[in-house]
Amino acid sequence: MAAVEVHELTVRYGDTVAVDGISFEAQAGQITAILGPNGAGKTTTVEVLEGFRRPGAGRTLVAGLDPIADHAALTRRMGVMLQSGGVGPGVRVLEALRHAAALYEDSLDPRALLEQVGLTGTERRTWRQISGGEQRRLALALALVGRPQVAFLDEPGSGVDPQGRLAIREVVAGLRNDGVTVVLTTHDLDEVEKLADHVVILDGGRVVAAGSPAQLMTTGQSDEVRFGAPPGIDTAALERRIGAAVREVAPGEYVVSAPGTPVLVAALTAWLAEHDLPLADLRAGRQRLEDVFLRLMAEGSFTRPEVRPRRRRGRERP
Amino acid sequence: MKPLLAHLRLELTLIARNGESLLLTLGIPVLLLTFFATVDVLPIEGEPINFLAPGVLALAVLSTSLVNLAISTGFEREYGVLKRLGATPLGRPRLLAAKTLATLAVEIVQVGTLWILALALGWDPNPKVGFLAAMVLGTIGCAGLALCLAGSLKAFVTLAAANGLYLVLLLLSGMVIPLTQLPGPIQGIARALPSGALTEAVRGSLSAGGAVPGRAWAALVIWAVLSPALAIRLFRWE
Repeated sequence: MAAVEVHELTVRYGDTVAVDGISFEAQAGQITAILGPNGAGKTTTVEVLEGFRRPGAGRTLVAGLDPIADHAALTRRMGVMLQSGGVGPGVRVLEALRHAAALYEDSLDPRALLEQVGLTGTERRTWRQISGGEQRRLALALALVGRPQVAFLDEPGSGVDPQGRLAIREVVAGLRNDGVTVVLTTHDLDEVEKLADHVVILDGGRVVAAGSPAQLMTTGQSDEVRFGAPPGIDTAALERRIGAAVREVAPGEYVVSAPGTPVLVAALTAWLAEHDLPLADLRAGRQRLEDVFLRLMAEGSFTRPEVRPRRRRGRERP
Repeated sequence: MKPLLAHLRLELTLIARNGESLLLTLGIPVLLLTFFATVDVLPIEGEPINFLAPGVLALAVLSTSLVNLAISTGFEREYGVLKRLGATPLGRPRLLAAKTLATLAVEIVQVGTLWILALALGWDPNPKVGFLAAMVLGTIGCAGLALCLAGSLKAFVTLAAANGLYLVLLLLSGMVIPLTQLPGPIQGIARALPSGALTEAVRGSLSAGGAVPGRAWAALVIWAVLSPALAIRLFRWE
């Protein structure tokens, strides 16, 4: 069952089309990641879903509600984590969370939530006194304190140290177990690979790919083998040995243009062993999400210059 | 009701924690009252304090409910606070009501402080019930204007606009300079402005034998109805 439905959504800023007739769904209880370069239409799309921006055309539903017409009802069912800010500089951590909890009829215990996001010990510190990573974790807690059915999380791991990112990842994964629908916008493709059930890639205001991370990573250019070894190895000799073209695409990163059959992999690793070269990484038949993303962006006939929303009175209510 | 009270509590906490706003809300009115009551520079017959005290009480309302509220709300937009609150069940009417109630609470402290200071400077008030009504209506009218500005402009534009408007309303209010000293057509405009109507109503309800003109009440009521309604209409979360 879809918790978020987007049908033929179009948003224009003056003559510029920021979102160009996109359609996708986010299934209930799943984590859907929206990816795309800057200006792809991610923020605009999410702002429409949150009810902050009116669509020019098309229809959106979140938890069965129209984000504009049913905004008051929607606020009781959604949680929003902004990309930055959201709390006044002089507000204390626990104070902010208690205030947010009091806005909902049924909220989570603020102290338990602080512990869950790893902010225990910061209760009396103000927003300006905590680090950027701690601010992100507090923003996440603020989005979740009202027990949302649908959570919109914008760059949750941005600027957070690896330990904090792990804590955030665990909390977001836990949301899926609790049946919460998560719509995640991020540039962290590693995070998406590990967390998301479904991925929607936008470019130039259009959906250029969609599917599960596994689907996206196994489709397209899978007839290649990628491996890591010391930079500057003799690729010509290796090509002769394995009978396939080899390119060094980045220092120490090589691509073999051939299907990753056991025979080819065996020949490749044997050649490395014969030359006493360490094997740093080996992937056959499956790309990283980052590879898929970069390939789509490189193909991107859709990419347009970055769009900066223009304030237009009366169009951005409520 | 719970969200309204929660937000009111947070507003009051933040006001109490903000030294700069306290300087504006208390420091400037206290300074003006003390200076003009002790230095004979105003074109006023009789005891200056009896003219000044009601004017400075009205000025306190203007400082708190217009300038302070507009600037603090404008910066909440800058910090993304309004956008986050826009995604919660707080809602626009409750946010604006909490801000207006917090402003009224601060004004109680201001009026108490200024009242005591004015008495110490020789003020002889004759308060009537209308004083409270004037203060409440004036606060709602000015708060509505503040939220119109902060709800539709960027933080730094709000800062400039609120200070500019404060200066205009102060000069055209009769708070410090009597309205009778202004040119005729400007007097009419000044009496229709929320600051002018507020000063007339406060002065009339505090002086012995004074009366509040009907047009002052009418102006106060119109501003108290129109400006919050306009604020709700114009207020954007983003």
